[in-house]
Amino acid sequence: MTSLQHPSDAASSSDATVSEADPSSPRKGRRRYSLLTGNDRRVLQAMVGVPTFLHVSLIWVPAICTFLLSFTNWNGFRFDNMEFVGLRNYKQLFTVFEKDLYEALLNNAWVLIFLFVIATPLGILVAYILDKNLRGTAVYQSVFYFPVVLSLAVVGFIWKSVIYSPRQGVLNVLLNRTEEGNQISWLGDSDQVITLVSDYGLSKNFLAIIAPMIWRHVGYIMVLYLAGLKAVDPSLREAAAIDGSNEWQSFKNVVFPSLKPVNIVILVITVIEALRVFDIIDVLNNPIGTDVLSILVTESILGESSNVGRGSAYGVMLLMLCFGFVVWYLRSTFREDDA
Amino acid sequence: MISSRRNQIIAQVFLFAMAVLWMLPILGMIISSFRPYAETSTDPNGFFSWPDTLTLDNFRNAWARGNMPRHWFVTFLVVIPAVILVLFFSSMVAFAVSRYSWKFNIALLMLFTAGNLLPPQSIIQPLFQIYNRIPLPEFAPYSNSGELRGSLIGLILIHVAFQSGFCTFVLSNYMKTLPKELNEAAMVDGASLWRQYWQIVMPLTRPALGALATLEFAWIYNDYFWAVVLVQKGNDLPITSSLRNLSGEFFTDDNLVAAGSLIVVIPTILIYLALRRQFISGLSVGASKG
Repeated sequence: MTSLQHPSDAASSSDATVSEADPSSPRKGRRRYSLLTGNDRRVLQAMVGVPTFLHVSLIWVPAICTFLLSFTNWNGFRFDNMEFVGLRNYKQLFTVFEKDLYEALLNNAWVLIFLFVIATPLGILVAYILDKNLRGTAVYQSVFYFPVVLSLAVVGFIWKSVIYSPRQGVLNVLLNRTEEGNQISWLGDSDQVITLVSDYGLSKNFLAIIAPMIWRHVGYIMVLYLAGLKAVDPSLREAAAIDGSNEWQSFKNVVFPSLKPVNIVILVITVIEALRVFDIIDVLNNPIGTDVLSILVTESILGESSNVGRGSAYGVMLLMLCFGFVVWYLRSTFREDDA
Repeated sequence: MISSRRNQIIAQVFLFAMAVLWMLPILGMIISSFRPYAETSTDPNGFFSWPDTLTLDNFRNAWARGNMPRHWFVTFLVVIPAVILVLFFSSMVAFAVSRYSWKFNIALLMLFTAGNLLPPQSIIQPLFQIYNRIPLPEFAPYSNSGELRGSLIGLILIHVAFQSGFCTFVLSNYMKTLPKELNEAAMVDGASLWRQYWQIVMPLTRPALGALATLEFAWIYNDYFWAVVLVQKGNDLPITSSLRNLSGEFFTDDNLVAAGSLIVVIPTILIYLALRRQFISGLSVGASKG
């Protein structure tokens, strides 16, 4: 399992031995494509070509089409009633559909904030404590990791029936609010908990949707961080302890900076998770005040009216928001890489 | 290395409290699924109350009303081929990228990795239209509309296309760690490229394949979005979405939903308990590369 967790270390060391032993071998000990015989070459082309064709035609072609279609007024039926309308869809998003768009963007931002401010530090803290091998570490690890293997859709059903049920849910039982007329409807209340500007804020039911997402995200972060912590050179921490740093100082000054690659992964995963959120909202019937970008994109497919142009414009916004993070992740991952 | 005894006690108490909190939804699901709604909903303590009756009725009803045998069948019809194809496709690309140097190595790997990071919803509008326009031959099984949309083949294809990004990335990292001399020796012996892939590299990649198979099984089994948008037709939806049938418009039997959820998560629970190590190493292998 150790070799599985750190392929990069093993890769660089074996590369070094190969190139040292045989300076004439091609870069990093890999064979050149041009040295292959005709038959092998065709096999290799097929091995790369077929999966790449599938991936490109179902992921990247649609991604580019999202861009193109966002400049049209297409309704998705026949191609001859597709017209180029320039930026009209975008103008409409920021005027007619302004409320929908800002609410969605704000809700995506709330998810991100809560995952970042609550779930991520909690996950890191749990990983940090568990890394000390306290009693019962394995059990704790299983408990916190368990929600991660469930789908957010099922998580939605579980929380709805167990935690939020008005008549018998955990919350109303604890608050003693289970009688008819006195119940709190956790998923049906679009009043705001936090109000930013007039109509915009954080609605109660959206907070109720974020809570299970936090529940699930902590375990994810914990696992990623535990793997990272195992790789931190213990002598670094000992040195810090000898220098008299306390627990917090040695984490802040030694452990955290040395885990930069894991930190980047966590950042990117959290951002993308926040942009992708869809299942749990759809499963809970998308109550008022809980729209996010992904719901707006999908609305015109699942709903009655079909407006491919506007739906694509929402899609482009999603793409733009994650684009920077994806590029950043790729750069940090492939920078010193010899792939 | 915890500095003092006091800190250690604080850490233990904190972990214990958090673990109890974290298990609450799962325990609640299990307890309420065995109890009749009439009993738990009338007691001020909900399902915390002392049970008078324990019953399997909720499971029976969920099983029937959710049409679960059918949904389960469909789910496995999607998940099993999808996992096999994902691993097959990504291992071929990973093999090529990690064992041979040519111009587009990094670009290709980046393409796959980035593709997996896009939010699925950002490409759904065009994808839906494409799926609407690709006809399937009549003999294709489980194609409802005669197009890729609504068919299980279409669903399998999008899973393979989307998930191959992550798997290619992980597998190429793993294959890079295998000694290059293996291929050289094989080549001297006259083994074809395909044999080098299938008989030499693949068997050595088994640990990574195992970890990914576990992870991908769970991810594809858990899928909701692709299925809801691209299949839509009620009977052929995977199991996760069948839970929607259990909620009424005005009244929902929460214990029934809990029982249904429990049925749906059982395969994931079993796999998780049996293969926890693979699960965790699969996740961290993708992340620790950096």
